[in-house]
Amino acid sequence: MGVTNMAASPIQSKRSSTQAEFVQWLAQLPWWLLLLLFAGVILLYQFLTNELYTAILGRLVGGISTTIFVTLTAFTTAIILGLIAGLGRVSKNRIIFNLATLYVQVIRGLPILVQIFYVAFVVTPAFFTLLNAIGKSLIPALGPDNFMVTSTTQDVSLLARAMVALALAYGGFEAETFRAGIESIGRGQMEAARSLGMSYFQAMRYIILPQAIRRILPPLGNDFIAMLKDSSLVSVLGVRDITQEARLYVSASFRYPETYNTLAFVYLTMTILLSLGVKWIENRMSKNGRGV
Amino acid sequence: MAAVSDSKQPMVAIKNLVKSFGRVDAVNGVDLEVEQGKVVVIIGPSGSGKSTVLRCINHLEVPTSGEIWVDGIHLTHNHKDINAIRAEVGMVFQQFNLFPHLTAIENIMLAQRVVRKRNPEEAAQMGQKQLERVGMPEKANFYPGQLSGGQQQRVAIARALAMNPKVMLFDEPTSALDPEMIKEVLDVMLELAKEGMTMVVVTHEMGFARNAADEIVFMDKGVIVERGTPNDFFASPREERTRVFLNQILH
Repeated sequence: MGVTNMAASPIQSKRSSTQAEFVQWLAQLPWWLLLLLFAGVILLYQFLTNELYTAILGRLVGGISTTIFVTLTAFTTAIILGLIAGLGRVSKNRIIFNLATLYVQVIRGLPILVQIFYVAFVVTPAFFTLLNAIGKSLIPALGPDNFMVTSTTQDVSLLARAMVALALAYGGFEAETFRAGIESIGRGQMEAARSLGMSYFQAMRYIILPQAIRRILPPLGNDFIAMLKDSSLVSVLGVRDITQEARLYVSASFRYPETYNTLAFVYLTMTILLSLGVKWIENRMSKNGRGV
Repeated sequence: MAAVSDSKQPMVAIKNLVKSFGRVDAVNGVDLEVEQGKVVVIIGPSGSGKSTVLRCINHLEVPTSGEIWVDGIHLTHNHKDINAIRAEVGMVFQQFNLFPHLTAIENIMLAQRVVRKRNPEEAAQMGQKQLERVGMPEKANFYPGQLSGGQQQRVAIARALAMNPKVMLFDEPTSALDPEMIKEVLDVMLELAKEGMTMVVVTHEMGFARNAADEIVFMDKGVIVERGTPNDFFASPREERTRVFLNQILH
């Protein structure tokens, strides 16, 4: 509260303190959010009254399910990959440690866009070349029509390849998040678990990971938002997420501002709602006093 | 708990234990035997290697050389063996090391479930029994963060006891406690000693050593300097180093 002048009359000091409180209240307002909401309201008005905007929004909404599907699937896979690679990064086994580190370093050293091209047009065909070769050598055992011979690169959609690439890319980031989370748990926790006779993996599963995951929930939430944004990269493979829908619309109509305004609006609506969710998790965690 | 093992064979036997950290020899040739039902208290200045000896007994530190037997079983690098032996050796740490995401009773139940394979009812019953033994049955559903240091350490003791260990190791169990909480932990330990638990205790609490120990071992610079019964040890120490240490610690 504001410091009031002791010499001033009670009424005056009361007024100046309410004034000070009002100024403080004004300063505390989340102006960025209000400005954003203002822009959002203008756009909403456009969606309701301007036929062009209505048409564009209708078109983009058709891509939302793809965007959400890509984000959820790729992120879930990335979490699993990240957990495995993260455990590898804290492993005392040198082979496992080096394999995990190789993965993380390669992934972190490449732009995600390049990884998407690489997985889609280099790794996937190479995988099928290998699979066909194995299939051919197994013809005596499995017959000439076994699936390893007949399957081709075209069997895997570009959507699937894009999701694999995104999952691999984010798996590398999450590996480091998991490693940091695991290493943030004191050595004594592992020692106490092991001294009770638990195996390394039991200690990880019941003692270390539950605490580590709680700690890394906020960064994981932020990475989920980042994945939502990076899912727009799948448009380079022609996968029809909202970004691709916008690009297609623009190339036919040349309505750049209207289309990209709408695209930005859709992304911001999703990311801001999600970041409020992450904030909520953070607040909840700092409130519960379990020392975790 | 019934003693299964032959009473003549020592519960813990250590032969020529050496442990080096890099170029530093923390423990440099220690022999120690702890018979069943006996309480051995290891004292000595900090850095004398007493905690390291204790941590080697359940392989939290891997010995550089030397041999260790627990209840007649030779400790090797075999992981299965080590886990099995650790389940028989209860350990209490200076920093308690309770699991902060679990309640007191869950802390006590977890290893019973996953290591001893007890069913939930059995584990809960044993957990409650051990909480009563350390004098805090009403704190079962409290998280460690809601307990005082002394209470946390008593839960940690209950957690170790619930595994029905054959020997209990205490690594400076009261060193991280506020003075007013030391007694409640020492009382629990004295009670255990009276009940005939085999114990190896590293501590600076000379009162506990005097009252509970069957043998006192004084370590300095990685070796055992002197050992004896509390009466002999405190009344007439033979070695100069022991006398200097006791003078410092007893004022």
